[in-house]
Amino acid sequence: MSEAVTPLNGADFEGLATIKDAGLSGMITLRGDLASKEVKAAVKKAVGLGIPLQRQALSGQGTAVLWMSPDELLLLCAYDEVAQKIAALEKALEGQHFLAVNVSDARTVLRISGTGARETLAKLCPVDLSPGAFTPGMVRRTRMAQIPAAFWLDDSGVFYLICFRSVADYAFGALKDAALPGGEVGVYG
Amino acid sequence: MSTRLATGGRLLDRSRTQDFTFNGKRMRGHPGDTLASALLANDQMLVGRSFKYHRPRGIVASGAEEPNALVGLGEGARFEPNQRATTTEIFDGLNAISQNHWPSLEADIGALNSWVARFLPAGFYYKMFMHPRPFWKHVYEPFIRQSAGLGKVPNPGDPDRYEHFHFFCDVAVIGGGVAGLQAALAAAEAGAKVLLMEQTAHWGGRAPVDGGDVDGQPVADWISATLAKLQDMPHVTLRNRCMGAGVYDHGYLLGYERVSDHAPGFDAPRHRLWRIRAGQIVTATGAIERPLSFAGNDIPGVMLASAIRDYAVNYGVSIGDRTVVVTNNDDAYRTAITLKKFGLEIPAILDARQSGGGALADEARGLGIRVETGKGIASVKGGKRVRGVAICAQAGEGAVLEEISCDAVAMSGGWSPVVHLWSHCGGRLIWDEGAAHFRPDPANPPRGANGEGFVIAAGSANGATNLKNVLADAHAAGQAAARATGHAPASGAAPQGTGDDEAPIAPVWLMPQGARYGLRMKSWLDYQNDVKVSDIQLAAREGYESVEHAKRYTTLGMATDQGKLSNINGLAILSDALGQPIPQTGTTTFRPPYTPISLSAIAGAARGPIFQPVRKTPMHGWHEANGADFEPVGQWRRPYCFPRGEEGRHEAVTREIRQTRESVGLLDASTLGKIIVKGPDAGRFLDMLYTGMMSTLKPGKCRYGLMCNENGFLMDDGVVVRLDEETFLCHTTTGGAEAIHGQMEDWLQCEWWDWKVYTANVTEHYAQVAVAGPKARALLQKLSNDDLSAEALPFMGWTEVVVAGVRARIYRISFTGELSFELAVPASRGRALWEALMAAGEEFGVMPYGTEAMHVMRAEKGFIMIGDETDGTVIPQDLGLDWAISKKKEDYIGKRAQERSHMADPNRWKLVGLETLGGEVLPDGAYATAPGHNANGQRNTQGRVTSSYHSPTLGRGIAMGLVRHGPDRMGEVLEFPTLDGGILKARIVDPIFYDKDGEKQNV
Amino acid sequence: MLILTCPCCGVTGEETEFHQGGEAHLKRFGPGSSDDDFHTYMFAKENPKGAHFERWRHNNGCGKWFIMARDTVTLEVYGTYPAQTHEPPKNIRDAITAKRPGWTWRDFA
Repeated sequence: MSEAVTPLNGADFEGLATIKDAGLSGMITLRGDLASKEVKAAVKKAVGLGIPLQRQALSGQGTAVLWMSPDELLLLCAYDEVAQKIAALEKALEGQHFLAVNVSDARTVLRISGTGARETLAKLCPVDLSPGAFTPGMVRRTRMAQIPAAFWLDDSGVFYLICFRSVADYAFGALKDAALPGGEVGVYG
Repeated sequence: MSTRLATGGRLLDRSRTQDFTFNGKRMRGHPGDTLASALLANDQMLVGRSFKYHRPRGIVASGAEEPNALVGLGEGARFEPNQRATTTEIFDGLNAISQNHWPSLEADIGALNSWVARFLPAGFYYKMFMHPRPFWKHVYEPFIRQSAGLGKVPNPGDPDRYEHFHFFCDVAVIGGGVAGLQAALAAAEAGAKVLLMEQTAHWGGRAPVDGGDVDGQPVADWISATLAKLQDMPHVTLRNRCMGAGVYDHGYLLGYERVSDHAPGFDAPRHRLWRIRAGQIVTATGAIERPLSFAGNDIPGVMLASAIRDYAVNYGVSIGDRTVVVTNNDDAYRTAITLKKFGLEIPAILDARQSGGGALADEARGLGIRVETGKGIASVKGGKRVRGVAICAQAGEGAVLEEISCDAVAMSGGWSPVVHLWSHCGGRLIWDEGAAHFRPDPANPPRGANGEGFVIAAGSANGATNLKNVLADAHAAGQAAARATGHAPASGAAPQGTGDDEAPIAPVWLMPQGARYGLRMKSWLDYQNDVKVSDIQLAAREGYESVEHAKRYTTLGMATDQGKLSNINGLAILSDALGQPIPQTGTTTFRPPYTPISLSAIAGAARGPIFQPVRKTPMHGWHEANGADFEPVGQWRRPYCFPRGEEGRHEAVTREIRQTRESVGLLDASTLGKIIVKGPDAGRFLDMLYTGMMSTLKPGKCRYGLMCNENGFLMDDGVVVRLDEETFLCHTTTGGAEAIHGQMEDWLQCEWWDWKVYTANVTEHYAQVAVAGPKARALLQKLSNDDLSAEALPFMGWTEVVVAGVRARIYRISFTGELSFELAVPASRGRALWEALMAAGEEFGVMPYGTEAMHVMRAEKGFIMIGDETDGTVIPQDLGLDWAISKKKEDYIGKRAQERSHMADPNRWKLVGLETLGGEVLPDGAYATAPGHNANGQRNTQGRVTSSYHSPTLGRGIAMGLVRHGPDRMGEVLEFPTLDGGILKARIVDPIFYDKDGEKQNV
Repeated sequence: MLILTCPCCGVTGEETEFHQGGEAHLKRFGPGSSDDDFHTYMFAKENPKGAHFERWRHNNGCGKWFIMARDTVTLEVYGTYPAQTHEPPKNIRDAITAKRPGWTWRDFA
């Protein structure tokens, strides 16, 4: 059986920020009534986490749950555990109206770290990325230059950015350009 | 001559020098010089030629308002025209050239225009180039094009980089003079997050030049102390070399930062465009001194009084040994006093006011300067340089009282607040009669999303005059901005500035007030575009009474400086000519940007490989490595064909089709849209979306469907797959995925929000490969142990199999008319699957085929293509697709529209096949003519070609088209005129050219 | 460039995150409706000078449609609310009345 490959194939760039292909990630779109006890229980069962608040992320051991919209979560897990997680969700939500679908290969995940991470993103996204405004645990779906993207900030100050797979090269190129040395804005430390 | 003084130059580092060139001549300046100050220090007063008359032009101002000193900077790909010397910081190796002259700045042929100026009045072009009409194209237009445009466009691509930066703050303060500093401080002390921008490299504006004390210390010290305070505040961002370029709706503000213009070679972006959202914007943009309108006021050496003072104090540059000052207000006396203290000669101060000036006038007299009141300049003597002035009574018509020799004239017509940024987004102005200027009307600010004002003007931009008033006004503005963003101002009064008692200004719009025509036609208003007092008066006489009309007729204020010096003087002249008060005339519209910004900054990073997103399939890398000839399909790049060796496109497409029809070919179909639709109401929902019935589709089966918009027009098509009882997978066209998914969500969220349906766009999760051709099954069976026989997997069925070790969905659908399977695997395994298929297919000669082969093969089969057969005006019934429209359903999107009389009209053009009599290929889009002509005298038409190809399978041209009553006219021959004047004849035939019974795909 | 607050995810973002979708509160007329009703539904829009109700989708965000009450002259935003309703909420109608007494928009006032 052939190996699965990410579109960026492990690319990385070191500049004002470090931009790195985060590798294969398991991603499941779960749509349903996020307020229901069934969904709550199903998410708990699948990834061991609760339902995050609006535009927040919760993360655990190799898993995370991102609030994407009032009826949509994105569940993250190991790439090869997706089928098993979806099966768990489907079992737990049997009889409910929901959708659990594997989107791992539809998207690519980039890791943006280092002191220039905020400024790098702020060059491309119309989002207030000042440390006071964008804090760990927040998720933001927005526009990055000319493509839709979502990113969240973990407790260690690392941004993870998700975009569609087909534009992985564009996303990496845009981030790399924004992180070129000499382009420090000097606003966000 | 202008020269460097032994003293002065507070902005200079005299210990170092920098070498630059002007028109190839080597010159020397100091760090801190602008190009303008360095040119003046090298006695280069003449810097350019005016646009229309090619008059010699010298530097007039010291800042962004400069109309004359426009130069070309840099060389080669980095050459940039129309850069203001007054805002360009010099650096070692800077190369500048002057503009708008030939053969040279000193001897310019175009200056002949000046001799015939009398015959080139305002509106000359409008009047002259009207008749005779045929002259326009071959005589007038080439002539105008030749003389139009200022500066040259660089040819090679710009090698520098540019970027955007998004920034959010409570209060953005534009202008880093004393007003801006104090407003920023007041807002920051209240706790607001503040951004302070200054367009130059220096803080404090012109206060250090004008002098004065704040809280008992010299203003320069106060500036340093305040700057230090702001720098220490973590919630304050300071940015110099960053201009507030434009104020837009809802607190959107553009900042134009010139990051490395002053330090080329440094590895940094050249410009950065700040895209700012501010709760409140404080415009502390200062004021601009107005010229006076007297004959010869454009001769090099006539400058703004404040600029002459700036050059002396900031740069240690004297414009001339003998400077005559002419003014209608007290401020210009500061220039006389300053120059006198530098040891330079002031032959006279001509004060147009009968009553003269206040304390500053007394000080000037005390220094022994001759002050004449009620006097003005009748005319300036000189050509490329001022030689003297003839003075006259301001009240008269210009009779010369005396001639004074001098080599510089410092003029001041009063100060106009810089209201541009206040006005960009709708802030209104009021005319201040006493100060003779327009200033922001605080009752009518630009209003934001909450309906409240979001711009506050501060300091001299708000009409405040002296240091004392400026600081008080700025303090209040900063506090008000903080309050408006939810921050209670700290207690504490405004710093106390000194304020001289100044005598009131007397408006002087023309000097002398009764100047006769000969003087008025030499009194310049707009230096860059050569608009004179007489031109505005002519415009008024000819009926251009609106200020906007007069502007366009005369081109006043339409040059690259956008009339920063000329507009107020011009509209005052217009008001006078019309006999109406100035506020009734009003101003022209202030539009962003404040001064020109680079197009590259607007583009930002969007250039080169990231000019726009290019969407790539998982197999893109393989296609690239195997010579694919790509074509854009939306943002996707799809292989059009895969040429081999010396093959052209046509040969490659022909080969790919033959291989597929005779054996097996592969198509990368990953770009097709794929949307999951799930829920108890999914079937009902799809019955509304598609014209056909989808709810009856059985799990394991596929069905072709058409989607219309509510207008009834066909928008998209594709195969719907039923995955299980509650779940469907809808395939869309390549370009349609996002739009169709959006449309689904629209109906679900806005119309049928009680229906239980969830959708997800999974387009990119799958790599999809069409394996098509008679050997398709044999190829796949080599890679799979699952049963792929017609019995196990019949046409229009689907199942899950393992192919080449990868779990795949496999659909028996065909867009080529051949035996065909479409495989969908997770995208991350797409390339591996593709390579496995290529390897396993070797024995069948397998080859990839591109989009063109796909198009030809579908046309051979009479399959429609969205975007070819449809154009937003075509309904499925036009295309003979009635079989795909359910007659049983009460409703679907577009059904009601298709019942409208025009849609049901039997005369609508309908789809047919077209076969040229000689086998030629019809031009795509060609029309079939009908007898007679329409009301416009054009040939009547009865149909048009929608798709046209050479079919290698049939060895002839085939086409599809829409023809009136087409399906009833089989066998008739239509005529299609071609672009080269010929006519192609084609017979109406069945649109299915190949395998009419569909035997090949169903095996 | 406007700023909009999405009532579905709470983001206040700039216009480039959103997509405008025409007039709001349309009542759909399908098969069986009169030509006049269908014509009005499809083509006759209020297009007012003043308070207006329009559909927006947070397409570069949570993907949800919502309705914005906006003044077409001053660009003041009176409020946004989710699309699953047949009429504007009272607080938004009141906000419009405060600025434009006597306003009407189709059947609303």
